[in-house]
Amino acid sequence: MIPRPFAYHAPTSVAEALRLLGAYGDEAKLLAGGHSLLPAMKLRLAAPSVLIDLNQIAALRGVTLHGSVAIGSMTTWAAIGQHAGLRQALPVLSATVQLIGDLQVRNRGTLGGALAHADPAADAPALTLALAATLHVHGLQGTRTIAAADFFTDMLTTALAPDEILTAIKFPPLGAGEGAAYLKLPHPASRYAVVGVAAYLKLDGPQVRVCRIAVTGAGTKAERQPQAEQALCGGPGDAESIAAASTLAGEGMDILGDLYASELYRRAMVKVYTKRALTAALAEARG
Amino acid sequence: MATLTLTVNGTLSTHTVEPRTLLVHFLREHLNLTGTHIGCDTSQCGACVVHLNGVSVKACTVLAVQCDGATITTIEGLAQNGELHPLQASFRAEHALQCGFCTPGMIMAAADLLQQHPHPSDEAIRHGLQGNLCRCTGYEHIVRAVRSAAATLNPQAKPESL
Ligand SMILES: Cc1cc2nc3c(=O)[nH]c(=O)nc-3n(C[C@H](O)[C@H](O)[C@H](O)COP(=O)(O)OP(=O)(O)OC[C@H]3O[C@@H](n4cnc5c(N)ncnc54)[C@H](O)[C@@H]3O)c2cc1C
Ligand code: FES
Ligand code: FES
Repeated sequence: MIPRPFAYHAPTSVAEALRLLGAYGDEAKLLAGGHSLLPAMKLRLAAPSVLIDLNQIAALRGVTLHGSVAIGSMTTWAAIGQHAGLRQALPVLSATVQLIGDLQVRNRGTLGGALAHADPAADAPALTLALAATLHVHGLQGTRTIAAADFFTDMLTTALAPDEILTAIKFPPLGAGEGAAYLKLPHPASRYAVVGVAAYLKLDGPQVRVCRIAVTGAGTKAERQPQAEQALCGGPGDAESIAAASTLAGEGMDILGDLYASELYRRAMVKVYTKRALTAALAEARG
Repeated sequence: MATLTLTVNGTLSTHTVEPRTLLVHFLREHLNLTGTHIGCDTSQCGACVVHLNGVSVKACTVLAVQCDGATITTIEGLAQNGELHPLQASFRAEHALQCGFCTPGMIMAAADLLQQHPHPSDEAIRHGLQGNLCRCTGYEHIVRAVRSAAATLNPQAKPESL
Protein backbone atom coordinates (compact mmCIF):
# COMPACT_ATOMS: atom_id res chain seq x y z
CA MET A 1 0.00 0.00 0.00
CA ILE A 2 0.93 3.61 -0.44
CA PRO A 3 1.07 6.17 2.39
CA ARG A 4 -1.24 9.18 2.50
CA PRO A 5 0.31 12.29 0.90
CA PHE A 6 2.64 14.34 3.08
CA ALA A 7 5.16 17.18 2.81
CA TYR A 8 8.79 16.13 3.19
CA HIS A 9 11.62 18.04 4.88
CA ALA A 10 15.21 16.90 5.33
CA PRO A 11 16.91 19.33 7.73
CA THR A 12 20.70 19.13 8.20
CA SER A 13 20.87 20.25 11.85
CA VAL A 14 19.01 19.47 15.07
CA ALA A 15 18.16 23.19 15.43
CA GLU A 16 16.48 23.22 12.01
CA ALA A 17 14.61 19.99 12.78
CA LEU A 18 13.35 21.49 16.06
CA ARG A 19 12.22 24.65 14.27
CA LEU A 20 10.23 22.50 11.80
CA LEU A 21 8.75 20.46 14.66
CA GLY A 22 7.72 23.71 16.36
CA ALA A 23 6.16 25.06 13.17
CA TYR A 24 4.12 21.95 12.26
CA GLY A 25 3.28 20.64 15.73
CA ASP A 26 1.09 17.55 15.86
CA GLU A 27 0.86 17.21 12.06
CA ALA A 28 4.56 16.32 11.83
CA LYS A 29 6.44 13.08 12.51
CA LEU A 30 10.18 12.56 12.67
CA LEU A 31 11.54 9.95 10.25
CA ALA A 32 14.58 7.94 11.39
CA GLY A 33 15.26 4.53 9.80
CA GLY A 34 11.61 4.34 8.78
CA HIS A 35 11.33 0.66 9.68
CA SER A 36 8.52 1.16 12.16
CA LEU A 37 7.02 4.39 10.81
CA LEU A 38 6.88 3.64 7.06
CA PRO A 39 5.22 0.21 7.49
CA ALA A 40 2.61 1.92 9.70
CA MET A 41 2.11 4.66 7.09
CA LYS A 42 1.75 2.07 4.30
CA LEU A 43 -1.02 0.39 6.27
CA ARG A 44 -2.39 3.87 7.05
CA LEU A 45 -2.17 3.23 10.76
CA ALA A 46 -0.18 6.47 10.78
CA ALA A 47 -0.87 9.39 8.45
CA PRO A 48 1.29 12.39 9.34
CA SER A 49 0.92 15.31 6.94
CA VAL A 50 4.56 16.34 7.36
CA LEU A 51 7.64 14.13 7.61
CA ILE A 52 10.86 15.54 9.04
CA ASP A 53 13.66 13.22 7.94
CA LEU A 54 16.60 13.11 10.39
CA ASN A 55 18.87 11.16 8.00
CA GLN A 56 20.76 14.26 6.77
CA ILE A 57 21.83 15.30 10.30
CA ALA A 58 25.37 13.92 10.53
CA ALA A 59 25.73 15.03 14.17
CA LEU A 60 23.16 12.42 15.22
CA ARG A 61 25.22 9.48 13.93
CA GLY A 62 28.17 7.71 15.47
CA VAL A 63 29.60 5.97 18.51
CA THR A 64 31.97 7.60 21.02
CA LEU A 65 33.78 5.71 23.75
CA HIS A 66 35.05 8.14 26.39
CA GLY A 67 34.34 6.71 29.80
CA SER A 68 30.73 5.98 28.94
CA VAL A 69 29.46 4.60 25.65
CA ALA A 70 27.60 7.34 23.76
CA ILE A 71 25.59 6.44 20.65
CA GLY A 72 23.94 9.02 18.39
CA SER A 73 20.22 8.38 18.04
CA MET A 74 20.48 8.00 14.23
CA THR A 75 23.20 5.34 14.38
CA THR A 76 21.94 2.29 12.51
CA TRP A 77 21.92 -1.21 13.98
CA ALA A 78 24.46 -2.17 11.30
CA ALA A 79 26.87 0.60 12.35
CA ILE A 80 26.52 -0.40 16.00
CA GLY A 81 27.08 -4.06 15.16
CA GLN A 82 30.17 -3.34 13.06
CA HIS A 83 31.85 -1.06 15.65
CA ALA A 84 34.95 -2.93 16.85
CA GLY A 85 35.53 -0.80 19.99
CA LEU A 86 31.94 -1.34 21.07
CA ARG A 87 32.35 -5.10 20.89
CA GLN A 88 35.02 -4.69 23.60
CA ALA A 89 33.27 -2.05 25.70
CA LEU A 90 29.71 -3.35 25.64
CA PRO A 91 29.61 -6.82 24.05
CA VAL A 92 25.97 -7.31 25.05
CA LEU A 93 24.91 -4.47 22.74
CA SER A 94 26.84 -5.83 19.73
CA ALA A 95 25.32 -9.26 20.36
CA THR A 96 21.78 -7.89 20.73
CA VAL A 97 22.02 -6.10 17.39
CA GLN A 98 22.52 -9.45 15.63
CA LEU A 99 19.14 -10.57 17.00
CA ILE A 100 17.22 -7.59 15.57
CA GLY A 101 15.12 -8.11 12.45
CA ASP A 102 17.29 -8.99 9.47
CA LEU A 103 20.23 -7.59 7.49
CA GLN A 104 18.10 -4.97 5.68
CA VAL A 105 16.25 -3.88 8.84
CA ARG A 106 19.64 -3.43 10.53
CA ASN A 107 20.97 -1.42 7.57
CA ARG A 108 18.22 1.21 8.00
CA GLY A 109 16.77 0.95 11.52
CA THR A 110 18.27 3.09 14.29
CA LEU A 111 18.71 2.77 18.05
CA GLY A 112 17.02 6.14 18.64
CA GLY A 113 14.07 5.27 16.42
CA ALA A 114 13.52 1.97 18.23
CA LEU A 115 13.56 3.62 21.67
CA ALA A 116 11.32 6.52 20.61
CA HIS A 117 8.88 4.07 19.01
CA ALA A 118 8.80 1.87 22.16
CA ASP A 119 7.28 -1.15 20.48
CA PRO A 120 6.23 -3.56 23.25
CA ALA A 121 8.16 -6.37 21.50
CA ALA A 122 11.31 -4.39 20.63
CA ASP A 123 14.67 -5.50 22.03
CA ALA A 124 16.48 -2.26 22.83
CA PRO A 125 14.06 -0.97 25.52
CA ALA A 126 14.79 -3.98 27.76
CA LEU A 127 18.52 -3.59 27.25
CA THR A 128 18.53 0.13 28.09
CA LEU A 129 16.56 -0.63 31.28
CA ALA A 130 18.92 -3.38 32.42
CA LEU A 131 22.03 -1.32 31.62
CA ALA A 132 20.58 1.85 33.25
CA ALA A 133 21.16 3.91 30.10
CA THR A 134 20.36 7.62 29.92
CA LEU A 135 18.57 9.22 26.99
CA HIS A 136 19.60 12.69 25.85
CA VAL A 137 16.90 14.89 24.41
CA HIS A 138 16.82 18.29 22.64
CA GLY A 139 13.71 20.44 22.62
CA LEU A 140 12.83 24.02 21.79
CA GLN A 141 13.01 24.71 25.54
CA GLY A 142 16.53 23.27 25.83
CA THR A 143 18.08 19.91 26.56
CA ARG A 144 17.33 17.28 29.19
CA THR A 145 18.37 13.81 30.20
CA ILE A 146 15.88 11.02 30.91
CA ALA A 147 16.81 7.80 32.72
CA ALA A 148 15.73 4.69 30.82
CA ALA A 149 13.72 3.77 33.95
CA ASP A 150 11.54 6.89 33.39
CA PHE A 151 11.40 6.75 29.58
CA PHE A 152 8.97 3.94 28.66
CA THR A 153 5.60 5.00 29.99
CA ASP A 154 3.11 2.81 28.09
CA MET A 155 2.54 0.83 24.88
CA LEU A 156 4.24 2.84 22.07
CA THR A 157 4.46 5.78 24.47
CA THR A 158 7.51 7.45 26.00
CA ALA A 159 8.38 10.44 28.15
CA LEU A 160 9.39 12.38 25.00
CA ALA A 161 7.30 15.51 24.37
CA PRO A 162 5.96 15.88 20.80
CA ASP A 163 8.42 18.73 20.13
CA GLU A 164 11.49 16.89 21.42
CA ILE A 165 14.18 14.94 19.57
CA LEU A 166 16.10 12.06 21.09
CA THR A 167 19.73 12.86 20.21
CA ALA A 168 21.94 10.33 22.01
CA ILE A 169 21.88 7.32 24.31
CA LYS A 170 24.59 6.83 26.94
CA PHE A 171 25.45 3.49 28.55
CA PRO A 172 27.74 3.15 31.56
CA PRO A 173 30.69 0.96 30.52
CA LEU A 174 30.95 -2.53 32.00
CA GLY A 175 33.97 -3.08 34.24
CA ALA A 176 35.50 -6.05 36.05
CA GLY A 177 32.92 -7.99 38.08
CA GLU A 178 30.06 -6.79 35.85
CA GLY A 179 28.22 -8.77 33.22
CA ALA A 180 25.14 -8.42 31.03
CA ALA A 181 23.19 -10.49 28.54
CA TYR A 182 20.09 -10.22 26.38
CA LEU A 183 18.33 -13.32 25.12
CA LYS A 184 15.05 -13.68 23.28
CA LEU A 185 12.57 -16.06 21.82
CA PRO A 186 12.06 -14.47 18.38
CA HIS A 187 8.79 -14.56 16.49
CA PRO A 188 9.65 -16.76 13.50
CA ALA A 189 8.28 -14.35 10.88
CA SER A 190 8.86 -10.87 12.27
CA ARG A 191 11.91 -11.65 14.49
CA TYR A 192 10.46 -9.35 17.18
CA ALA A 193 10.65 -10.71 20.73
CA VAL A 194 7.83 -13.05 21.78
CA VAL A 195 9.71 -12.80 25.04
CA GLY A 196 13.07 -11.07 25.55
CA VAL A 197 15.04 -10.71 28.77
CA ALA A 198 17.98 -8.42 29.52
CA ALA A 199 19.98 -9.08 32.69
CA TYR A 200 22.79 -7.12 34.35
CA LEU A 201 24.80 -8.26 37.39
CA LYS A 202 27.53 -6.63 39.44
CA LEU A 203 29.47 -8.86 41.79
CA ASP A 204 31.25 -8.01 45.01
CA GLY A 205 33.52 -11.00 45.44
CA PRO A 206 31.19 -13.99 45.13
CA GLN A 207 28.13 -11.92 46.16
CA VAL A 208 25.63 -10.22 43.86
CA ARG A 209 25.86 -6.50 44.60
CA VAL A 210 23.54 -5.07 41.91
CA CYS A 211 21.02 -6.87 39.73
CA ARG A 212 18.74 -5.48 37.04
CA ILE A 213 16.39 -7.59 34.94
CA ALA A 214 14.08 -6.24 32.24
CA VAL A 215 11.50 -8.14 30.20
CA THR A 216 10.17 -7.16 26.76
CA GLY A 217 7.63 -8.77 24.43
CA ALA A 218 5.41 -10.03 27.23
CA GLY A 219 3.48 -6.93 28.28
CA THR A 220 2.50 -3.50 27.00
CA LYS A 221 6.02 -2.15 27.53
CA ALA A 222 9.48 -3.28 28.63
CA GLU A 223 9.52 -3.62 32.43
CA ARG A 224 12.02 -4.18 35.23
CA GLN A 225 11.44 -7.23 37.48
CA PRO A 226 11.90 -5.95 41.05
CA GLN A 227 10.87 -9.19 42.79
CA ALA A 228 13.39 -11.34 40.96
CA GLU A 229 16.08 -8.64 41.31
CA GLN A 230 15.61 -8.42 45.08
CA ALA A 231 15.71 -12.17 45.44
CA LEU A 232 19.14 -12.27 43.83
CA CYS A 233 20.73 -9.17 45.40
CA GLY A 234 23.07 -9.85 48.32
CA GLY A 235 22.98 -13.59 47.61
CA PRO A 236 25.71 -15.89 46.29
CA GLY A 237 24.69 -15.66 42.62
CA ASP A 238 25.01 -19.39 42.04
CA ALA A 239 22.88 -21.62 39.82
CA GLU A 240 20.43 -22.34 42.63
CA SER A 241 19.75 -18.72 43.54
CA ILE A 242 19.40 -17.83 39.84
CA ALA A 243 16.85 -20.62 39.39
CA ALA A 244 14.93 -19.43 42.45
CA ALA A 245 14.95 -15.76 41.39
CA SER A 246 13.83 -16.66 37.85
CA THR A 247 10.59 -18.16 39.14
CA LEU A 248 9.69 -14.65 40.38
CA ALA A 249 10.15 -13.02 36.95
CA GLY A 250 6.88 -11.88 35.41
CA GLU A 251 5.12 -11.91 38.81
CA GLY A 252 2.92 -8.85 39.19
CA MET A 253 3.16 -8.10 35.47
CA ASP A 254 0.20 -8.04 33.07
CA ILE A 255 1.22 -10.56 30.43
CA LEU A 256 -0.42 -10.56 27.02
CA GLY A 257 -1.54 -13.54 25.00
CA ASP A 258 -2.02 -13.53 21.23
CA LEU A 259 -2.45 -15.95 18.32
CA TYR A 260 1.18 -16.94 18.42
CA ALA A 261 1.78 -17.28 22.17
CA SER A 262 -0.79 -17.60 24.94
CA GLU A 263 -0.47 -15.72 28.23
CA LEU A 264 0.51 -18.94 30.02
CA TYR A 265 3.20 -19.79 27.51
CA ARG A 266 4.66 -16.27 27.61
CA ARG A 267 4.65 -16.33 31.41
CA ALA A 268 6.59 -19.61 31.36
CA MET A 269 9.04 -18.28 28.77
CA VAL A 270 9.68 -15.14 30.87
CA LYS A 271 11.00 -17.40 33.62
CA VAL A 272 13.01 -19.60 31.26
CA TYR A 273 14.65 -16.67 29.49
CA THR A 274 15.30 -14.85 32.77
CA LYS A 275 17.21 -17.87 33.99
CA ARG A 276 19.22 -18.08 30.77
CA ALA A 277 19.99 -14.36 30.67
CA LEU A 278 21.06 -14.31 34.34
CA THR A 279 23.26 -17.35 33.81
CA ALA A 280 24.96 -15.71 30.82
CA ALA A 281 25.37 -12.38 32.68
CA LEU A 282 26.90 -14.20 35.64
CA ALA A 283 29.39 -16.01 33.40
CA GLU A 284 30.47 -12.66 31.94
CA ALA A 285 30.71 -11.04 35.38
CA ARG A 286 32.95 -13.87 36.60
CA GLY A 287 35.12 -13.30 33.48
CA MET B 1 6.24 17.22 -5.72
CA ALA B 2 9.96 16.74 -5.15
CA THR B 3 12.91 16.56 -7.51
CA LEU B 4 15.17 13.57 -7.36
CA THR B 5 18.53 13.02 -9.09
CA LEU B 6 20.09 9.61 -8.71
CA THR B 7 22.16 6.94 -10.42
CA VAL B 8 20.38 3.65 -11.06
CA ASN B 9 22.41 0.77 -12.52
CA GLY B 10 25.04 3.25 -13.73
CA THR B 11 22.65 5.75 -15.37
CA LEU B 12 22.18 9.23 -13.89
CA SER B 13 18.73 10.78 -14.27
CA THR B 14 16.44 13.39 -12.71
CA HIS B 15 12.76 12.85 -11.86
CA THR B 16 9.81 14.54 -10.23
CA VAL B 17 8.03 12.40 -7.65
CA GLU B 18 5.46 12.71 -4.90
CA PRO B 19 7.21 12.51 -1.50
CA ARG B 20 5.08 9.48 -0.60
CA THR B 21 6.46 7.44 -3.52
CA LEU B 22 8.24 4.38 -2.17
CA LEU B 23 11.57 3.51 -3.79
CA VAL B 24 10.15 0.20 -5.02
CA HIS B 25 7.26 1.94 -6.82
CA PHE B 26 9.66 4.50 -8.27
CA LEU B 27 11.89 1.74 -9.69
CA ARG B 28 9.01 -0.31 -11.06
CA GLU B 29 6.67 2.41 -12.31
CA HIS B 30 8.91 5.37 -13.17
CA LEU B 31 11.95 3.45 -14.44
CA ASN B 32 10.14 0.26 -15.58
CA LEU B 33 12.65 -1.86 -13.63
CA THR B 34 10.16 -4.55 -12.70
CA GLY B 35 12.77 -7.07 -11.56
CA THR B 36 12.40 -5.62 -8.06
CA HIS B 37 9.26 -7.30 -6.68
CA ILE B 38 6.68 -6.47 -4.02
CA GLY B 39 5.62 -9.45 -1.92
CA CYS B 40 4.14 -7.96 1.24
CA ASP B 41 2.76 -4.95 3.06
CA THR B 42 4.78 -5.43 6.21
CA SER B 43 8.47 -5.05 5.21
CA GLN B 44 9.05 -8.73 5.95
CA CYS B 45 9.42 -10.66 2.66
CA GLY B 46 12.54 -9.15 1.07
CA ALA B 47 11.29 -9.51 -2.54
CA CYS B 48 12.10 -5.80 -2.98
CA VAL B 49 15.76 -5.78 -1.88
CA VAL B 50 18.09 -3.45 -3.84
CA HIS B 51 21.43 -1.85 -3.01
CA LEU B 52 21.37 1.78 -1.86
CA ASN B 53 24.88 3.27 -1.82
CA GLY B 54 26.29 -0.26 -1.73
CA VAL B 55 24.22 -1.80 1.07
CA SER B 56 21.05 -3.87 0.80
CA VAL B 57 17.75 -2.25 1.75
CA LYS B 58 14.08 -3.13 1.40
CA ALA B 59 12.97 -0.74 -1.35
CA CYS B 60 9.39 -0.88 -0.01
CA THR B 61 10.56 0.76 3.21
CA VAL B 62 12.59 3.67 1.81
CA LEU B 63 11.09 6.78 0.23
CA ALA B 64 12.30 7.65 -3.28
CA VAL B 65 12.97 11.25 -2.12
CA GLN B 66 15.43 9.87 0.44
CA CYS B 67 17.56 8.63 -2.48
CA ASP B 68 18.38 12.06 -3.93
CA GLY B 69 22.08 11.90 -4.86
CA ALA B 70 22.24 8.16 -4.20
CA THR B 71 23.57 5.25 -6.23
CA ILE B 72 21.21 2.30 -6.63
CA THR B 73 21.77 -1.16 -8.05
CA THR B 74 18.83 -3.42 -8.84
CA ILE B 75 18.82 -7.03 -10.06
CA GLU B 76 18.88 -5.65 -13.63
CA GLY B 77 22.25 -4.01 -12.91
CA LEU B 78 24.03 -7.03 -11.51
CA ALA B 79 25.14 -8.77 -14.72
CA GLN B 80 28.25 -7.17 -16.26
CA ASN B 81 28.90 -7.10 -20.05
CA GLY B 82 26.19 -9.66 -20.67
CA GLU B 83 27.75 -12.13 -18.18
CA LEU B 84 25.57 -13.31 -15.31
CA HIS B 85 26.85 -12.36 -11.84
CA PRO B 86 28.24 -15.48 -10.08
CA LEU B 87 25.19 -15.46 -7.78
CA GLN B 88 22.82 -15.42 -10.75
CA ALA B 89 24.78 -18.25 -12.36
CA SER B 90 24.86 -20.32 -9.17
CA PHE B 91 21.12 -19.84 -8.48
CA ARG B 92 20.52 -21.26 -11.96
CA ALA B 93 23.02 -24.10 -11.64
CA GLU B 94 21.93 -25.14 -8.13
CA HIS B 95 18.16 -24.93 -8.80
CA ALA B 96 17.78 -22.24 -6.14
CA LEU B 97 14.47 -21.02 -7.58
CA GLN B 98 11.13 -22.43 -8.60
CA CYS B 99 8.59 -19.66 -9.25
CA GLY B 100 11.36 -17.03 -9.07
CA PHE B 101 9.33 -14.41 -7.24
CA CYS B 102 11.71 -14.15 -4.31
CA THR B 103 14.86 -14.54 -6.43
CA PRO B 104 15.79 -10.92 -7.25
CA GLY B 105 15.60 -9.90 -3.58
CA MET B 106 17.31 -13.09 -2.48
CA ILE B 107 20.23 -12.47 -4.86
CA MET B 108 20.60 -8.78 -3.92
CA ALA B 109 20.59 -9.69 -0.22
CA ALA B 110 23.12 -12.47 -0.82
CA ALA B 111 25.36 -10.08 -2.76
CA ASP B 112 25.44 -7.74 0.26
CA LEU B 113 26.10 -10.69 2.57
CA LEU B 114 29.08 -11.78 0.44
CA GLN B 115 30.56 -8.26 0.53
CA GLN B 116 30.60 -8.46 4.33
CA HIS B 117 31.41 -12.16 4.68
CA PRO B 118 33.32 -13.29 1.57
CA HIS B 119 33.12 -16.94 2.58
CA PRO B 120 30.27 -17.40 5.03
CA SER B 121 29.42 -20.60 6.89
CA ASP B 122 26.00 -22.10 6.15
CA GLU B 123 24.81 -20.65 9.44
CA ALA B 124 25.98 -17.18 8.41
CA ILE B 125 24.21 -17.56 5.04
CA ARG B 126 20.94 -18.45 6.79
CA HIS B 127 21.36 -15.55 9.23
CA GLY B 128 22.17 -13.17 6.35
CA LEU B 129 19.05 -14.19 4.41
CA GLN B 130 16.63 -13.95 7.35
CA GLY B 131 14.91 -11.00 5.68
CA ASN B 132 14.03 -12.97 2.55
CA LEU B 133 11.09 -15.35 2.43
CA CYS B 134 10.76 -18.09 -0.19
CA ARG B 135 7.51 -20.02 -0.48
CA CYS B 136 8.84 -22.65 -2.90
CA THR B 137 12.33 -23.98 -2.38
CA GLY B 138 12.65 -24.76 1.32
CA TYR B 139 15.88 -22.66 1.26
CA GLU B 140 18.25 -25.63 1.03
CA HIS B 141 19.25 -25.00 -2.58
CA ILE B 142 19.46 -21.27 -1.97
CA VAL B 143 22.06 -21.80 0.76
CA ARG B 144 23.92 -24.15 -1.58
CA ALA B 145 23.87 -21.54 -4.38
CA VAL B 146 25.24 -18.79 -2.13
CA ARG B 147 27.97 -21.13 -0.87
CA SER B 148 28.89 -21.99 -4.45
CA ALA B 149 28.94 -18.32 -5.55
CA ALA B 150 31.17 -17.48 -2.57
CA ALA B 151 33.65 -20.13 -3.72
CA THR B 152 33.63 -18.68 -7.26
CA LEU B 153 34.06 -15.09 -6.07
CA ASN B 154 36.70 -15.85 -3.42
CA PRO B 155 38.39 -19.15 -4.22
CA GLN B 156 41.10 -18.69 -1.56
CA ALA B 157 38.95 -17.69 1.39
CA LYS B 158 38.27 -20.06 4.30
CA PRO B 159 34.80 -20.56 5.75
CA GLU B 160 34.08 -18.23 8.65
CA SER B 161 31.22 -17.95 11.05
CA LEU B 162 29.03 -14.92 11.85
C1 LIG C 1 10.66 -6.80 9.27
C2 LIG C 1 11.05 -6.07 10.51
C3 LIG C 1 11.58 -6.79 11.58
C4 LIG C 1 11.94 -6.12 12.75
N1 LIG C 1 12.44 -6.86 13.78
C5 LIG C 1 12.78 -6.24 14.95
C6 LIG C 1 13.30 -6.98 16.04
O1 LIG C 1 13.52 -8.19 15.95
N2 LIG C 1 13.57 -6.33 17.18
C7 LIG C 1 13.39 -4.97 17.30
O2 LIG C 1 13.67 -4.43 18.36
N3 LIG C 1 12.91 -4.25 16.27
C8 LIG C 1 12.61 -4.85 15.10
N4 LIG C 1 12.14 -4.10 14.05
C9 LIG C 1 12.00 -2.65 14.22
C10 LIG C 1 13.23 -1.93 13.81
O3 LIG C 1 14.28 -2.11 14.74
C11 LIG C 1 12.92 -0.43 13.64
O4 LIG C 1 13.94 0.05 12.87
C12 LIG C 1 12.81 0.36 14.92
O5 LIG C 1 11.81 -0.10 15.76
C13 LIG C 1 12.45 1.82 14.63
O6 LIG C 1 13.59 2.50 14.31
P1 LIG C 1 13.65 3.42 13.01
O7 LIG C 1 14.98 4.08 13.06
O8 LIG C 1 13.35 2.61 11.83
O9 LIG C 1 12.53 4.51 13.34
P2 LIG C 1 11.30 5.10 12.51
O10 LIG C 1 10.44 4.03 12.01
O11 LIG C 1 11.81 6.08 11.52
O12 LIG C 1 10.57 5.91 13.68
C14 LIG C 1 9.83 5.26 14.69
C15 LIG C 1 9.14 6.28 15.58
O13 LIG C 1 10.06 6.97 16.41
C16 LIG C 1 10.04 8.37 16.17
N5 LIG C 1 11.45 8.81 16.18
C17 LIG C 1 12.44 8.27 15.44
N6 LIG C 1 13.62 8.85 15.74
C18 LIG C 1 13.37 9.76 16.71
C19 LIG C 1 14.20 10.65 17.46
N7 LIG C 1 15.53 10.72 17.25
N8 LIG C 1 13.62 11.46 18.39
C20 LIG C 1 12.27 11.38 18.61
N9 LIG C 1 11.44 10.55 17.94
C21 LIG C 1 11.97 9.74 16.99
C22 LIG C 1 9.37 8.53 14.81
O14 LIG C 1 8.71 9.78 14.72
C23 LIG C 1 8.40 7.37 14.79
O15 LIG C 1 7.23 7.70 15.50
C24 LIG C 1 11.78 -4.72 12.87
C25 LIG C 1 11.26 -4.00 11.78
C26 LIG C 1 10.91 -4.66 10.61
C27 LIG C 1 10.37 -3.87 9.47
S1 FES D 1 7.85 -5.96 -0.42
FE1 FES D 1 8.03 -7.36 1.23
S2 FES D 1 9.77 -6.56 2.26
FE2 FES D 1 9.52 -5.15 0.68
S1 FES E 1 11.20 -19.50 -5.71
FE1 FES E 1 9.09 -19.13 -5.40
S2 FES E 1 9.12 -17.81 -3.68
FE2 FES E 1 11.17 -18.43 -3.81
